[in-house]
This record gives sequence, C-alpha cells and structure tokens, in this order.
Amino acid sequence: MDAIGILPLDMAVGAILLWMVLGLSGLVLQRLPHLITGIIFPLGALAALAVAGTGLWALGEPPGVAVLPLGLPDLPLHLRLDPLAAFFLILLGGASFGVSLFSAGYFRAMAGGTLGLLCLEYHLFLASMALVLLADDAYMFMVAWETMALSSYFLVTTDHHVPDIRKAGFLYLLIAHVGAVAILLSFGVMQGGHGIGAYTFAAMREAHLSPFWSSAAFLLAFFGFGAKAGMIPLHVWLPDAHPAAPSPVSALLSGVMLKTAIYGMVRVIYDLIGNVRWEWGVLVLAVGAATMLFGVLFALMQHDLKRLLAYHSIENIGIILLGLGMSMAFIGLGHPVAGALGLIAALYHTLNHAVFKGLLFLGAGSILHASGLRNLNDMGGLIRKMPKTAFYFLIGALAISALPPLNGFVSEWLMFQTALQAPTLTNDIVRSLLPLFAATLALAGALTGMCFVKVYGIAFLGRPREPHERPSTPGTGHDPSGMEQCGMAWLALGCFVLGLFPSYVMLMLNRVCVSLTGHGLSAGALTGSNWLWLVPTASERASYSPIVFMAVIVAVMLLTFLLVRRFYHGRVRFCDPWDCGFPAQTPRMQDTADAFGQPVRHVFGPIYRMHRELPGPDDPAPRFFLKIEDRHWYWLYLPTARLAEFASSKVALLQHGRIHLYLIYTFITLLVLLAFV
Amino acid sequence: MENTNLTLGILLQLCQLLLVVLMAPLLMGWVNQCRAWLQNRSGPGLLQPYCTLRKLFHKDAVLAHDASPLFRMTPYIVFGCMWLAAAIIPIIAVDLPFSPAADVIALVGIFALARVFIALAAMDIGTAFGTLGARREMLVSFLAEPALLMVFFTSSLISHSTQLPHIVETFAHHEFVLYPSLAFASVAFVMILLAENARIPVDNPSTHLELTMIHEAMILEYSARHLALVEWASSLKLLAYISIGIALFLPQGIAGVGNWNALPLAVAALLLKLVAAGAGLALLEALIAKMRIFRVPEFLGTAFLLAVLGLLIHFLLGA
Repeated sequence: MDAIGILPLDMAVGAILLWMVLGLSGLVLQRLPHLITGIIFPLGALAALAVAGTGLWALGEPPGVAVLPLGLPDLPLHLRLDPLAAFFLILLGGASFGVSLFSAGYFRAMAGGTLGLLCLEYHLFLASMALVLLADDAYMFMVAWETMALSSYFLVTTDHHVPDIRKAGFLYLLIAHVGAVAILLSFGVMQGGHGIGAYTFAAMREAHLSPFWSSAAFLLAFFGFGAKAGMIPLHVWLPDAHPAAPSPVSALLSGVMLKTAIYGMVRVIYDLIGNVRWEWGVLVLAVGAATMLFGVLFALMQHDLKRLLAYHSIENIGIILLGLGMSMAFIGLGHPVAGALGLIAALYHTLNHAVFKGLLFLGAGSILHASGLRNLNDMGGLIRKMPKTAFYFLIGALAISALPPLNGFVSEWLMFQTALQAPTLTNDIVRSLLPLFAATLALAGALTGMCFVKVYGIAFLGRPREPHERPSTPGTGHDPSGMEQCGMAWLALGCFVLGLFPSYVMLMLNRVCVSLTGHGLSAGALTGSNWLWLVPTASERASYSPIVFMAVIVAVMLLTFLLVRRFYHGRVRFCDPWDCGFPAQTPRMQDTADAFGQPVRHVFGPIYRMHRELPGPDDPAPRFFLKIEDRHWYWLYLPTARLAEFASSKVALLQHGRIHLYLIYTFITLLVLLAFV
Repeated sequence: MENTNLTLGILLQLCQLLLVVLMAPLLMGWVNQCRAWLQNRSGPGLLQPYCTLRKLFHKDAVLAHDASPLFRMTPYIVFGCMWLAAAIIPIIAVDLPFSPAADVIALVGIFALARVFIALAAMDIGTAFGTLGARREMLVSFLAEPALLMVFFTSSLISHSTQLPHIVETFAHHEFVLYPSLAFASVAFVMILLAENARIPVDNPSTHLELTMIHEAMILEYSARHLALVEWASSLKLLAYISIGIALFLPQGIAGVGNWNALPLAVAALLLKLVAAGAGLALLEALIAKMRIFRVPEFLGTAFLLAVLGLLIHFLLGA
C-alpha cells in the first residue's frame, strides 16, 4: 500500500473528517429531513465501515504516527494508530455501522430542526470517539474526551422538555467531569514533572515513576475512566442517562462509549504506566466482581426495558474489569502468558458487548417505536406482531446470557480458562481468590440468563398485558422498516461470526497483546487454534469448537425431526390453553416483570433498599406497592451532596454584593501573597 | 495407526450417540422401579418409559392457539442439546472425537441453553403456571450453575485440563490417589444433580399438584410428540448428569486411549455403575422429604460452599 502513499492513519483521519462534514451538512439540510435520514446517515454508516476496515488493516501494520499542526502554539496535536487503537476502531466502526443504518430508518419521523441538531451531535460523537482512540498526547486526548462527553450530553438530552431527562443529563455531565478531572490529574502524574513538553504519550512511556507515583497515576486513571465506564460506586448516572437518549444513541452509549473508557484504562495501565503491579489487579478484580453482581441484581428488578439494559451494561463492564484484573494480577506476579490470555478475554468481551448490547438496544427501540411501550409490565406477545424483531432480539438475548455457540459464551469461557491458570501462581491469596471470582462470574452469567428469560418471556411471549385503563389496541406493533432491520441483522450476524470463529478474533487480539505487553499466547495456543478449534493454552488442557458444537446439535435436531415425521406424523390440533379448571383466567394473571424477579428479591434481599406494601387478605382496598432503590444514593451521593451544599452555604457568607467588601478581600489576598512569596 | 484410531474413535462416538439415546428411558424406568420397590409397590416395569414414549408419538399434538414457532421448536432444541451432552461424556472409553468440542464449561453452557429455551417455551402460551414454573426453574439454575462450575473447577485444577477425556485419563489411569477435595466435590455434585434433574427434595417428578411443581409446570402445555421429546430429553439429562458423576468420581473401568480390548469390560462396568447410581438415586428420594421452594437456596448454597471447600482444600493440601 506504500506505493499509493496512503497509510491506515490517513484513512482513519479521512473517515473522521467525513463524519464531521456529514454532521455539519445535517445542520445545513435541516429543512430537508428526508435527505438527512436518506443520505447522511447511510453515508455515516459507510464511513463507519471504512473505520472498521482501517482498524483491520492497521492491526497487521507497524504503528503509524502523525503530528497535526493544530492546537496551541508549540503544542501540536499527536496522533498514533497502533494495534490497540486499531482493535477499538474495529469495535467503533463495526457497532456504529449497524446503529447508523438503524438510525436512518428510526429517525424518519423526527421533525427537521431537531433532526439536524441530532445529526450534528451524532456524527460529532462518533468522530470524537475515534479521535479519543487515535490521540497520542494528553492535550489531544482531553479535547477529544470532552467533545465526546459534551456531544453525548446533548444527545442524552434530546428530549430536554422532560424534566427527568434534564436531571439525568445533569448527573451524567457532573460525574463525567469528576472523572475527567481525575484523568487529567493522572496524566499530570505520569508526565513525571518533566515540564510542559512532556505531555505526549511517548514521553509518558519513557518516564520512570516510583512505585508510589505509578500507583497514584493508576488509582486516578482507574477512578476517572471508571466513572465513565459506570463501575460502582460511580455508576448512578448510567441507568438514568442511557435510557433517556433515543434508542440508537443508547446503543452507541452502552455499546461503544463505555468501551472508550475501557480503552483508556488499558492504554494508561498497560501502555503508559507499563509496570503493572498485582495489587492493582486485585483491586480491579474486586471492583469488577462487585460491579458485575450489582449490575445484574438490579437489572433483575427493573421493569423499564431500556433501564434494564443499562443495568446490564454495568454488569458487563464488571465482567470486562474482571478479565482485566486477572490479567494484571498474572502479569504483576510474573506470568505474562496467562496475563495475555486474561487481557484477550477482557478485550474479546468488550467487542462482544458492543455487538449484543447494541443489538438489544436497537430491539428495544423497535418496540418503543412500534408500540410506544417501554414498561415490560404492559408488553406481551410481541413475537406475533413483530416476528423479525423478536428473532433478532432472541439472538441478542442468547448472546448476552453467555450461551454457546454465540459470542458472549466465548469470552466468558476464555475468562474461566484464565482463572484456571491460577495454580501457576505462587501467591496463595491470589491463587485461591481467582477461582472464587470465576464463581461470581458463573453466578452473574446464570442471573443474566434468568433476566433475559424474563425480558424475552414477558415482552415477546405470552399474551399482551394491556393495562385496564387503556382500551386494547390490536393494531399496534409491527416490524420496523428495511433499514432498521438491516442494522439489527448486521449486529446479529456479528453475534454469530464472533461466536463461531473465535480463533481469528483471539489471534487478532494476540497482536494487540504482544504490542502492549511484549508477550502473547503460548506456542500451544498459536499452533493449536485454527478455524475449527479454539485452544487458549494447549490442546490437551482445553479446547472448544463452536462449529462442531453447532453442527452436531443442528444435525441431531434435523435427524430427530425427520425421524419423527417419517415414523409417526406431523398432525397438529389447535385449542385453548389448559386453564387448570379455572376458566376466568385473564392475561393480567401472567407474571409481570416484578413478579418474575421475586425469587431474586427473596434470596438477595439485603442488597436492595426496598419499600413494600403487601396488602393483607382482608384488606378492602388492596394495593400492592414496591419500590427498589440503590443504596449508594443514601450512603454516598446524598451525604456528598449535603456536604457540598453545606460548604457552599458557608462560602456564601463571604458574598454580600458590596464592592468595598470585595476590594478588602483583594487587599487581604495581596497581603497574604506578599508575606509568602 | 493414527487413521484406524480415528476411525475407531468415530465409530465409538456414533455407538455412544445411539447407546445413550436408547438407554436413557431405561435408566428412568429403573429409577422408577426402584422407587416403587422402596414404597412397597410392584411398579410399572422397566420398559414403561418406552411404552409411554411410543403412545405419545402416536397421538395428535395439541397446541394452544397462541403458540409461537419457538414453542414448537423448543422440544427439538432441548432434545438435541441433551443428546449431545450425554454423548460427549466419556463413560465407556476416552477416545471420543466430539468430546474436545465442548469441555466441562461448555457442557454447563449446553445445559443452560436447553434450560433457557424450555423456560421461554413455558412463558410462550401465557398461562400463570408456565411463568411460575419458568421463574422457579431459573431460581434453581442460578443457584446450581455456579456450584456445578466449582465442582468442575476442582477436578480441572487436579487434572490440569477442562476436557473430560483428560480428566478421566488422570483419575482412572494414573496411580491411585485419594483426593480429599473430590470427596467434598462429590457430595456437592449429588446435591446439584438432585436439583437440576427436578428430583426430591427440590422438585417432585411424580407430582401433579400445580403449586409445588417446577419442571412439570413448565411443560404443562406440551402434548404428544413434543411432550415425548421433552420427557426423553429429561431422561437424557439424568443420564448425562449420572455420566458426569461417573466420569469425575468413579472413572475406574473406562477404557484408556487406544485400549480397545478393554471395551467389553468397560461396558460391563458402566452398566453396573448405572444400576447402582439409579438405585442410589431412588434410595435418596425415598429417604428425603421435599422441601419448600424457599429452602432451596439454602440447600444449593450448601452445595456451593461444599464445592468451594473442596477447591480450597485442593489449594491447601495440593490434592
């Protein structure tokens, strides 16, 4: 490709520029909304495909660097495209291709003015995420990071006339900025006091920090990126902000934006600090396990579909952190090969989550568009009205529940394999902790399975549960248009491809790993893995073949079907369901989403802050009431808010609005400064 | 030699596929017969499950008006999953070509896949009992799955492999060692087996009292060939679980790599173990009373803790 003179980095920058131009032209074309949905969003999807292609290309190339003559005087902007950035570009491009296609159909009904603004914010959001991945200095990184935060804030508050959405947007902006401050401080620490020229990532890689300062940089970065990723206790914005946005935007926020935080963590910990310590790994493991269990347990309590999916994003961030933590513990204790496997598992799950969570949010968007319903307790029987959406949603639900042969299973399987490397460790505590963390992963996986049986069973299966007040509207609900279906089909295809050909993904991630840590998978894994077999360490230790698996199950199913038809018959009669001798059953007697979560409330009761009103049998006006809240609000956020209000009320004592008082303040400040300097 | 071994392996794999699917109802019949004897009844006879299946296959399927395609596909999916699961567990010889495709973790995944589909099918018709069964089944599953994985982890850490053939090879064909960690794991495994196969004390396979049912509540709407496949799948599941137990805790007698002469002995040993396991299961069910549904978390929590104890003992004692 050198002959043409185009490098992957040029192509990536070109795609980013195209996104920006598309965004601006959306603003210009706001009087012609059909052009925005008909041309600009599909073009944006093509740019996304180009970004993904660039990522695939750049994975095999040496890192490309560029210096842009922009920015402040003497502080130019640096760009770099290495395998880690390339992998995340594949994720960004692949997921946003499907989402942009879906958006082209989804936003058709939107008014021109709002649509123009939305188009600008949407494409700016995509471009800023790509720039975050390409940035090679702290300045460029922070600019892109803040652009991403602001554009996503405006996307979240698209329906800003709703007070709750404004509130959710504010909370999001607040925590995003607390996180950004921590990230900036972390960059400051990593710069190592080498003056203003040392703001590039290259200088930070060179700087040798003492264990104290490198731990400080790690903690700040972990806090800052964790706030963006939604790890506990910094997660409270996520279940409010993600559902507030229009559904394709929710898909991007959950599927892609959270991953930029994972990217930042990996970049800072493995690349910029470099000298990974195992204690950090244990911290990340503990936070990851807590985040994961918290996310899924609260997801089980939700009846708003999009909010439930947002809680699952928290859970999946926890799973990714679990993989990262295991990897860091192994690397810190001198087992880089096992550490590489953990990192690969974490990054694999990052990609998988982008695909299936994007798909599920698009499915939720289709339901919302077609029927106007978000509350699971009002849904039911949608599989009959929107069979195609039901099919795609089923694939997403099976993938997120980590069921073979889809993609979610592969990454969790790799994590279990990493945990089983524990006997090589000499540190007894970490060695016996790792399998226990793996057990929490198994618990979370099984709970996710329960949660998606609930979602799918209540939304798509069963009979419609219309509330009493609303007259039944049989016509509502239909499959979305062709563009929207294409978007969902693309992501569903991704679930299959990533699940059925895991070796290619693993070998691709191995390159990322080698470029970051200098170590990759063992020789047994590299020789044993091919299109049929996935071998993480050595072929006699573990192997998995999704293709054989799928082929055998499908063959056995077909054989059974044919044998039953050949030797018996396929006769069917239809009648009413069996009513257990009580003919007055109504659809309202099916489980609601809240009822389905009742066993979990029973088993994990102390985790929730519950207000319940259970009417007694002799209550003349029985009213069932259940409210579940997050304990974090009460022990962390509300006290912090009260503290901030108290402090600001004290500071307000200084303010009287009279000019002479302010002159006296200035005078005292000057005196104090003179005394010190 | 390599080629003949592979051919023989594939032949053996096909034999095991046929064997398990034909034998599973017999195992069910044996357990029921033992139960009948323990309850001082004469019992329906060993071959009753086959007669029931034959009767069901001849009947017309009755479906609810609202049944979706998912409802009609589920019996085939569940049957396929369980058949695969039972066929890849080495119970006669370790040379099973399909076995490396799914290790113990993937095996848990197969069971989970089948369970999710049957729970979804239960919610498809939209009756109160179907959703009740699905909800309870998922409760049992999220408690039992981590415990089962812990049991598998213990044996994987001892044998340094998650593949069942290698685990069996380690336990059966190397010097005989008593593993204290496996003793804990085996008790945990029996508890999980009872819970996952809808046996007493967690569920009662012969109940028809709707409020206490779990598994039966989920399949209330199935009839004829669909019901036959679901029932056949549950007998395959029982066989698969007992096979896992045999492979992990009683692997003596299973033919090693390339050791084809040991096959007749291996088949005899397998039959003996299955007869003993079926009788043991019936005895356990006769001795324990069914527990309330919300005692199940304690029961399975105990199983999980036992499995974790086994794991920690492995780390402490190195065995």
